[in-house]
Amino acid sequence: MPAEEHERIHGSGADAGISGQQSARPLVLEVAGLTKTYREGQSPVQVLDGINLSVAEGEFVSIVGPSGSGKSTLFHLIGGLAEPDAGRVLLRGRNITGQRGHIAYVPQQPALFPWRTIQDNVALGMEIAGTPRREAREQTREWLLKAGLGGYEQAYPHMLSGGMQQRAAFLRGLLSPQELMALDEPFSALDALTRSDMQHWLLELWEKHRRSVLFITHSIEEALLLSDRIILLSGRPARVLHELTVPFARPRRPEMAEEPEFLRLRRELTELMRGEQRKMQEGGAAR
Amino acid sequence: MNPVRAVWKSVWPPLVAVLFFLLAWEMAVDLFQVEKWILPSPSDIGQEAATGASGLWDDTKATLRLTLEGFAVGSVFGLLVAVLLHRIPFIKSALYPLLILSQNVPTIALGPLLMIWFGFGILPKLILITLVCFFPVAVATMDGLARTDHVMRNYMEMAGASKGQIFRKLEFPYAIPSLLSGLKISATYSVMGAIISEWLGAEKGIGYYMKMQKSTFRTDRVFVAILIIVAISLAMFVAVAAVERLLSRYSPPRKSGR
Repeated sequence: MPAEEHERIHGSGADAGISGQQSARPLVLEVAGLTKTYREGQSPVQVLDGINLSVAEGEFVSIVGPSGSGKSTLFHLIGGLAEPDAGRVLLRGRNITGQRGHIAYVPQQPALFPWRTIQDNVALGMEIAGTPRREAREQTREWLLKAGLGGYEQAYPHMLSGGMQQRAAFLRGLLSPQELMALDEPFSALDALTRSDMQHWLLELWEKHRRSVLFITHSIEEALLLSDRIILLSGRPARVLHELTVPFARPRRPEMAEEPEFLRLRRELTELMRGEQRKMQEGGAAR
Repeated sequence: MNPVRAVWKSVWPPLVAVLFFLLAWEMAVDLFQVEKWILPSPSDIGQEAATGASGLWDDTKATLRLTLEGFAVGSVFGLLVAVLLHRIPFIKSALYPLLILSQNVPTIALGPLLMIWFGFGILPKLILITLVCFFPVAVATMDGLARTDHVMRNYMEMAGASKGQIFRKLEFPYAIPSLLSGLKISATYSVMGAIISEWLGAEKGIGYYMKMQKSTFRTDRVFVAILIIVAISLAMFVAVAAVERLLSRYSPPRKSGR
């Protein structure tokens, strides 16, 4: 284990919950002062208010926030689907604000193309980046096997369960050549049991390959289980409310969700979130 | 239920209805002593079809050929119009109203004009059929292109796909079911177009045959011609439907609201 990583995991254990220290690894993504206001009929609605965050090389960062807090807007800005009113998005120090195609995206719904086989769906990310279809197809084979989709290469998406479709969508992102993966609540449409299966599946796969990941979720437990760092957003307009370096060593096991430290952190974060949710509802009622 | 019985169950009610209709027709003609040149009985028509149909093979072939050529040209033209209008919004807003207006010009009035301008060869006939059958293809395809699933489009944009890639890999495949329903309508329209253009000016074909028999009051032969037209239309429709079934193996019946 590299020294700084050792330091980060164990050194922060004592004051976990407060520290938001950065790792010494080079940053893949930096988001600085991102602000966005939408028009909703006549009245402008500010969605994001000066969001700062970063993802280091090989780091798994989760963004947690109350629903409707603008998490998806944040992703659209990072992905270049919309332009921010203020602020910048940097990829390895290069300004990519408003540019598309720099992140490997895993959407909330699998969004697999029904006329493509699973293999061709997984190859799509590579195809878009310019890899010839045959070559892209070759590369999917081994991964489909690793991801538990062996035997389904030639199946069409509607033949697969929701969980398996989401695995394919994840592989499509994973095999895309972009360095940073962005996952937008990829498990939110799944039932509880499938969801926890998928979390463990993702955990295992990720710990082997360590891509830089930005992960949106509204589940605190999911964030604690998977991530190196958690960024808690406030209600609308979203600001960074709290940043937490998750103090658990890797590889992580599902059983750690029962340890006292895990429960304590979960309680702490849940309290914070609940407060925000309440504030938002009151704000909504007052309007 | 086995498939044969399932098919039979959907086929027998219309079959019985048709049989009853023919029976009533036969009896009415018999009962009221209707002249054969006004309305021949089904048995008269059947007899004429049995003896005279073999002489119609050349005409049928000519009509079928014209139909297929017109359908091909018209469909390709419709597809091109749809793609062009979809890709360039300005052209869409400029031409779409005119396109709809063009469908209000009666074919029967346009035919003679086309003959005057382009003579009696194949060109005016193809133009006529194209005008009749490009519209359903163009409208259905444009509709399909415009309704592309926005979650999938979102993914393509995030992944940095170019406009061309989005069109080739997402929009066009997504619009294929719509394209096929347009083609099904055009397929039957193209038969109509072929008959009308033959009626207006040709030396062979079922439309031409029908015109000749009408002028000598051989009503039974006109009915035989109608039967052949119906058969050709049906064959065109079934052929497109078969292609549709072949292509839809990849997806379940489309859910509404997605």
